[in-house]
Amino acid sequence: MIVAVASGKGGTGKTTVAVSLVLSITTDGQDFSDRRSVNHAHPLFLDCDVEEPNAALFLRPTIHERRQVGQRIPQVDLAACTSCGRCAEVCQYHAIAVIGRNVLVFPELCHGCGSCTLNCPPGAIDEVLNVTGVIERGRAGAVEFAQGTMNVGEPMAVPIIRQLKRWMIPPGERRRPIILDAPPGTACPVVETMRGADFVLLVTEPTPFGLHDLRLAVEMARGELGLPVGVVVNRDGVGDRGVDEYCAAAGIPILLRIPHDRRIAEAYSEGVALVEALPEYRERFRALYAAIEEGWGR
Amino acid sequence: MKQLIILSGKGGTGKTTVAAALAHLASQELSLVLADADVDAANLELVLDPVKQETHDFTGGQVAVIAAEACVACGRCAEVCRFDAVLRPSPALPDERFAIDPLACEGCAACFYQCPADAIRMAEQQDGQWFRSDTRFGPLFHAHLFAGRENSGKLVTLVKQQARLWALDTGAHLLLVDGPPGIGCPVIAAIAGADLALLVTEPTVSGAHDLERILSIADHFGVPAAVAINKADLNPPRAEEIAAFCAGRNIEVVGSIPYDTVVTEAMVRGLPVTAVGDQPVGQALRAVWNLVRRRLSGDE
Repeated sequence: MIVAVASGKGGTGKTTVAVSLVLSITTDGQDFSDRRSVNHAHPLFLDCDVEEPNAALFLRPTIHERRQVGQRIPQVDLAACTSCGRCAEVCQYHAIAVIGRNVLVFPELCHGCGSCTLNCPPGAIDEVLNVTGVIERGRAGAVEFAQGTMNVGEPMAVPIIRQLKRWMIPPGERRRPIILDAPPGTACPVVETMRGADFVLLVTEPTPFGLHDLRLAVEMARGELGLPVGVVVNRDGVGDRGVDEYCAAAGIPILLRIPHDRRIAEAYSEGVALVEALPEYRERFRALYAAIEEGWGR
Repeated sequence: MKQLIILSGKGGTGKTTVAAALAHLASQELSLVLADADVDAANLELVLDPVKQETHDFTGGQVAVIAAEACVACGRCAEVCRFDAVLRPSPALPDERFAIDPLACEGCAACFYQCPADAIRMAEQQDGQWFRSDTRFGPLFHAHLFAGRENSGKLVTLVKQQARLWALDTGAHLLLVDGPPGIGCPVIAAIAGADLALLVTEPTVSGAHDLERILSIADHFGVPAAVAINKADLNPPRAEEIAAFCAGRNIEVVGSIPYDTVVTEAMVRGLPVTAVGDQPVGQALRAVWNLVRRRLSGDE
């Protein structure tokens, strides 16, 4: 089952929840003898926040393999080019321009769609990889780990997330738990992360900012993508009742509450996972996963 | 007119809390225009209680649409699409047709040009709205990108352009921009043309990691940076590490703000934290504003 952990608002505890969830469902060093344990031997964790990937600070994986990724951008063979201008005409992003006998390509505008290549009458366009980031895979104990990192100054996170997911998730893979740590916001990088997920776990805080962004995240995950959603209320006890009232009215289950606790914030500041600092939470995260699997997932 | 942008890289470090406080303090001594460049999760309006004066539609791009009656089901569109945006009909459902998933479509038009039956057209899509509002601290330009849409960078550019023109027309002294999290296209759009980027960080391993990346963005685009350490007393050794890192890079630390629930209380009441009594968080933010103001006028 694929669970995407997202939030709308940043800094509500996505990484805390995603990391603790994956650490709690491994059989690593645990007496975990119920029927699901077989499937959970090696859960997969993907850090899809490629602009600011932080989960590795908590999981401390050993990386075994690394690939450069990016977009395929056009490379024009000027000997074959007839300067007809068709490439510039079909490009929706103004990423290619024909000036006299020359063709200019602007890699930061190119989406790598391949339309210019397909439409070039003399077939003078070839494609080369424009590297915009790296994807890496490895192990953190029993957890299979992978992350993407976008290079500084690059604008587009989506291709890196797409390639990370394609690399790590074979089509139809549903046997083992796959936890996706999403970027903040509700724009295209979040959509790319959530596509194909079975469940979206939204981490929020009980404040007006948390509620405002939770609504937007629900609108996107449930409204636009049609995915089942559930909520984790982090820093429970601060703020107001708005999130509770909204979830009740919108029929969204609150699956876990993590109280406002300075010890949790301090562990986080040192890069220590919640369930490592406070092992009593392990059982609650395990119950959270079981609840998603049995009751709420697609 | 000076342009100040608040950024952080990592989300949730307190950008909007700092932006609202600086708006409150700045408005007491100069005229300012505000812009919320976090268009997919805009929170500044929750503290500034804006009254909308203008609402405009935002059309960012196009999406492909397949006319079912003209489609010959050859599958060429699905072949050329690199964004998995073409939904193939299920063999089990004979009446189903090829269709486009508008959320996955990037509007590249590759399918439009390749369709042998001319069954595809490119349709304009409204991706959001932008607004000019009045607030007690000055006009606010803000926007709402519809859930899951692309072109957030374009919308940020539009909001900033409108705010900048208004500031120039009205002779405002300061354009204060609350930025988005991350380092991608909306951040790049938001930082363009700024005189100073105030980077709000926190003394955590994630905060420090993301501070380095957002500093590289400021460097990359030639924007001078200053740092404010929020929730500084949560982990004093980490806060000192960040201060030492900044000193090593010759980046000014313009303040350390304590970790206090008054920040949440102010948010619940819809107020900038500097407007809630006299307390350490408010005092720290006053000190930040004084240094930021000096820095901005020093660059004159």
